[in-house]
Amino acid sequence: MPNGERDWDGVRLHVVTGKGGTGKTTTAAALALALARGGRRVLLVEVENRQGIAQVFDAPPLSYAETKVASAAGGGTVMALAVEAKAALLEYLQLFYKLGRAAGVLEKFGAIDFATTIAPGIRDVLLTGKVYEAVRRRENGRPVYDAVVLDAPPTGRIVRFLNVNAEVVGLAKIGPIRNQADSITTLLRSPQTVVHLVTLLEEMPVQETADGARDLAAADLPVGGVVVNLVREAVLPVRRLAAAGKFGLDADEVAAGLAEAGLPASAAVVDGLLVEARDHAARLALEKRERAEVTDIGRPVYELPALASGVDLGGLYLLADRLTEQGMA
Amino acid sequence: MSPTTRGRGRRPAAGSPRLDVDALLRDRGTRIIVCCGAGGVGKTTTAAALGLRAAEQGRSVVVLTIDPARRLAQAMGLEQLDNTPREVKGVDTAAGGRLDAMMLDMKRTFDEIVESHSTPEKAQQILANPFYQALSSSFAGTQEYMAMEKLGQLRAEADRDGTWDLVVVDTPPSRSALDFLDAPQRLGSFLDGRFIKLLLAPAKVGGKAYLKVFSSGVNLVTNTLTKVLGAQVLRDIQTFVAALDTMFGGFRERADVTYRLLQEKGTSFVVVAAPEGDALREASYFVDRLAGERMPLSGLVLNRVHDAGAGSLSAERSIAAAETLTERKVHPLTAQLLRLHAERAQVATREKALTTRFTAAHPDVPMARVPAFAQDVHDLDGLRQVGRDLTA
Repeated sequence: MPNGERDWDGVRLHVVTGKGGTGKTTTAAALALALARGGRRVLLVEVENRQGIAQVFDAPPLSYAETKVASAAGGGTVMALAVEAKAALLEYLQLFYKLGRAAGVLEKFGAIDFATTIAPGIRDVLLTGKVYEAVRRRENGRPVYDAVVLDAPPTGRIVRFLNVNAEVVGLAKIGPIRNQADSITTLLRSPQTVVHLVTLLEEMPVQETADGARDLAAADLPVGGVVVNLVREAVLPVRRLAAAGKFGLDADEVAAGLAEAGLPASAAVVDGLLVEARDHAARLALEKRERAEVTDIGRPVYELPALASGVDLGGLYLLADRLTEQGMA
Repeated sequence: MSPTTRGRGRRPAAGSPRLDVDALLRDRGTRIIVCCGAGGVGKTTTAAALGLRAAEQGRSVVVLTIDPARRLAQAMGLEQLDNTPREVKGVDTAAGGRLDAMMLDMKRTFDEIVESHSTPEKAQQILANPFYQALSSSFAGTQEYMAMEKLGQLRAEADRDGTWDLVVVDTPPSRSALDFLDAPQRLGSFLDGRFIKLLLAPAKVGGKAYLKVFSSGVNLVTNTLTKVLGAQVLRDIQTFVAALDTMFGGFRERADVTYRLLQEKGTSFVVVAAPEGDALREASYFVDRLAGERMPLSGLVLNRVHDAGAGSLSAERSIAAAETLTERKVHPLTAQLLRLHAERAQVATREKALTTRFTAAHPDVPMARVPAFAQDVHDLDGLRQVGRDLTA
């Protein structure tokens, strides 16, 4: 609980991945809000052209420019950026090669499209390269951002995405692309970076999380915490759960309660409630098994509640509070 | 423009028409079913469930999966990735059908295209090229291109040997569902396009001659590429392109042929989604796109739907009643069940609102709903249950 300790002090780049549908973007956004508390400046980055960040913050679509999307408690700021490979390449060329007119010619001959969509690995070098630049950017002798949170591709593609070095090694043994990939890899493998995995308490996401943690570690990428999203509270006490799972709850008692509260106590309503109780028990039993699997991964675990109304901006602050309480930020 | 819809059922009083899955599967005119949608919505499970149901109703089916979860793969006997369809064991073949399944090996599929379209020496040269190796195993669109290619091959084999009368495809877990349609053409046009010709120019014409033919722009581009990529990478690409020379035209043509296959009457797109904002937005884009491309859409499969069991009770009424009981310190069990129901009713209401948004934008798209299971599907019985839910 709130102990003022942050588990990831010293980390500048938080990469957030997870199986599709687990709430990766929501978690990344809540983490950015939590990290920004107390006057810090955090950049939240997305790389898949999904405009997911704009949606969770209920903001207009992001462009290739860092835009403020939220203020955190105590004066902190969350900036957001949607990195797009083509813009990143043009920026990179301008910065390092002072291209000017040549950029237009490259575009005309299809070279830019080639580099950003076809040439294997280059796209990922460009996307992670922009993140690298943001982490390292300094102004007046200090980093511009206290932390960068990357809403990364899903677990199934995360190792390939971050392992840019391995990806270009087959292609470029020497040369500028290789050098850029090397610098990015150095940052990604340093203690300044962690990769968090988001999961649900369901079989496939948990399995993918365990596989992902193993694959990341095998690629020398630092595994951070596991965020268990959409956790439901047990509404029934433990002794009743067992009975509920076997349809062993007292139907007459339920009907009497409904009548007392002035609700229709028809068999349909009573049966409906009992079926829901059975489903709830089955779900909790499954969650218990999956929670044990999550613990076995051996990384710090954080939990985020399911908000029945879905996540809006207010809900996002609530989730950020939960992460702060648990010491993730 | 409204999408072409087939297999449409009767329209209920409100909302979307029902997607009649059995009519779609029974229709011998249905030759290809493509399952597409955002990641994590249950595309693979839906594809497998459709394939199994069709097979047990007497059709000869092959299911092409891209990246199945481990246990589902095991259940279907897909333990090795050998790029060949294998018969699925445990299928009820009483109706005269059969079910084969395979998992896509994209590198192998690409290698096979190269091998079948060039001389053995040239194929060897291409396969050994570092640029080709990187392209065939890691380019983000290769998987989509090869999935399309494999679909075309399976369909051709079905036509030739009569092995299958239905091909069910699961689409790759791309950034966007649209990648499945776009990536093959992107690769095709790259391989046949202007940029390749430019790379090819020095090798073909050489020296001064090509300077005359092309503008000074060519020099500028090659110089810049050398600076940015490094001379070695550019050389690899040029050798690759030169070796591929004989195959040009072929790639775009193949992509075009498969693309046209997707527009045929015998093809059916099933868009898969879950009642969540992202997934439904993605489904919406896809439905519009299919309409724009005149590709036949059968309907939407909405997975993981939470229905409130005691449906008539609203969340608000349930909470109020639970509070009354708690205040009076009576019937704690009923109060707990009502709170549980309120939660579920809230979720159901939210899902319904999201679904209604989709329906409002696409009132003619038929829909089938599959309830959320407590457990994942990882055996044939689980797939049969999904099949029953799809048609319930």
